[in-house]
Amino acid sequence: MKDLLASKTKIAGLILAFLVLLVMPPFYTSYWVTLFTQMLIFAILAMSLDILLGYTGLSSFGHAGFFGSAAYVVAILSTRYKMGFLICFVSGIALNIVISTIFGLLVAHASGVYFLIITLALGMVLWGLAFRWVSMTGGDNGISGIARPDIGLPIALKDPLTFYYVILVFFLISLILMAIFVRSPFGHSLKGVRESESRMQVLGYHTWFHKYLSYVATAAFAGLAGALWAYFNGFTSPYDLDLTASIEIILMVILGGPGTLIGPALGAGIIVFLKNFISAYTQRWLLILGTIYILTILYAPQGLMNLIKDFLKGGQKETKAGERS
Amino acid sequence: METWRGRFSGAGGRGTKGQRGEKILSEFLLVQTLNGISFGALLFLLASGLSLIYGVMKIVNIAHGSYFMLGAYVGLSVILRTKSFILGAFAGGLAIGVLGLVMERGFLRKFPLQPLPQMMITLGFALVFRDLALLIWGGDPYTLPCPEFLKGSTQIYKVVFPVYRLFVIGVAAAVAISLWIFNERTLVGAKLRAAVDDHEMAGGVGLNVPLISGCMFGLGAFLAGFGGVMGGPIFGVYPGLDFELLSLAFVVVIVGGRGSLKGSAVGSILVGLVDNFGKALVPELSYFTLFAPMAIVVAIKPTGLFGRA
Repeated sequence: MKDLLASKTKIAGLILAFLVLLVMPPFYTSYWVTLFTQMLIFAILAMSLDILLGYTGLSSFGHAGFFGSAAYVVAILSTRYKMGFLICFVSGIALNIVISTIFGLLVAHASGVYFLIITLALGMVLWGLAFRWVSMTGGDNGISGIARPDIGLPIALKDPLTFYYVILVFFLISLILMAIFVRSPFGHSLKGVRESESRMQVLGYHTWFHKYLSYVATAAFAGLAGALWAYFNGFTSPYDLDLTASIEIILMVILGGPGTLIGPALGAGIIVFLKNFISAYTQRWLLILGTIYILTILYAPQGLMNLIKDFLKGGQKETKAGERS
Repeated sequence: METWRGRFSGAGGRGTKGQRGEKILSEFLLVQTLNGISFGALLFLLASGLSLIYGVMKIVNIAHGSYFMLGAYVGLSVILRTKSFILGAFAGGLAIGVLGLVMERGFLRKFPLQPLPQMMITLGFALVFRDLALLIWGGDPYTLPCPEFLKGSTQIYKVVFPVYRLFVIGVAAAVAISLWIFNERTLVGAKLRAAVDDHEMAGGVGLNVPLISGCMFGLGAFLAGFGGVMGGPIFGVYPGLDFELLSLAFVVVIVGGRGSLKGSAVGSILVGLVDNFGKALVPELSYFTLFAPMAIVVAIKPTGLFGRA
């Protein structure tokens, strides 16, 4: 009976998502189309962090750094060197892979809180580069004037709705790729690392290498989101990669439910919506974000998606606050 | 936007154009070294609390940079009303110390020894504090007035250097020595070290570990708030100071080793020097220069210079 309920809810959720994301957008106002575009981009970003935070159990505090560096690569290449879409896009992701293979050497041996501290410092290094390397990044002013790209198809990306559907395609591809990634044997080994690293080592796994690869993979996906963001926003600034940005991404994952790809995507949607919605009425966004944070940890530490799951399973699984997050 | 980085490297004589050779180089080295050490002294006030709190309670306190910033703001308000710098420094420290105690008692205590939820809570508070500070004190940068008797400069080997910065170095050294004596030579310090080494055993032999760690948290917050006021006359206070300094304090903890007082001291001076020379020599890449020593330490000794595994 419970299973039936669960599968029914799942199907209902899928149909709802299908309607909201695919069928309905032509009927939305352009404000909502833009908002949904933003949600999808951050959903990719939140899901990429979830591979680290939810599946591998490593909380990265520098994730916005990857998001932002890819955005800067796109910004610099497209405005200064007038490069085409493909080159910008691929170099954004490629640079992230390069950075993360270097950073990964420093962070992959660490775990738990220590991982967090090192990633925070590394994230700030990237922020510092964006902020201080004025000749390259424009410093505090950022880089503006990134035009919507010509992707070689006979469609005009200036139109918000067309751009939305392009982002939706990227979102679905990323979702499928990441779902394959976490369901693969390699993905299961990451969960093993999350549950008990020493046990995985006893079983003969090179846990260091597993963490390293998952770090690089998440950086690549964060780069994808960052590159799309640069094209969407037309503007990059150091605020794209500061600590507050990293914190927002973590909240998306924690709020949505770490360890479920859909959860963080949902969390991203909620946070992006709240941010836009609240900003229209008050400037106290950070105050509200901080309060949501504290309330989430106090009352829903395992995230909304896991709350829903537990509810459907009849609340038989009591998870302790610290285990999932 | 003028930040403390700009103001900081502006101090001290750099030698005029036209002079050449080793004299300028040695003056440059001396000024930058003194600047670096005085910045390191301020970092120590921030990082020692961060490191000790981590050592005793395994809490990564993201709100620690906010303590520094709030301390400076509270100090500013008190100094403007009472005209007394010393009063301001202690008011800033005490207010933040109480704030830290309330945070620990009211929220962090709910998740004993669970690093991630605790850290997330401090993170939420960091955001709330940042916005509250913006609400109360506005977005304009302020510089705290320097106490009257410490105004002016003094000459060290033909280099003119502000007295106040020497004073800051002295204060931080005094704090470091008292912390060391407290930690190594007093009964409370011994209890503290016991709590750091083995939480459960310390509780088992009858120590009130929650009380000790609560006080430790309050002390760390006090030091950060106090440090904020001390740093006020040098680089002022403005929104964003919190996270900028937090990241540097984390670098100190990574380099020096978690929970080690000696590590915080050495790490602070090291980071202060590297940051300052990086800023003076390659200003555009100044954050990046911090990355190198951190990377080397992490690669060679993952626990930091003085950290225990």
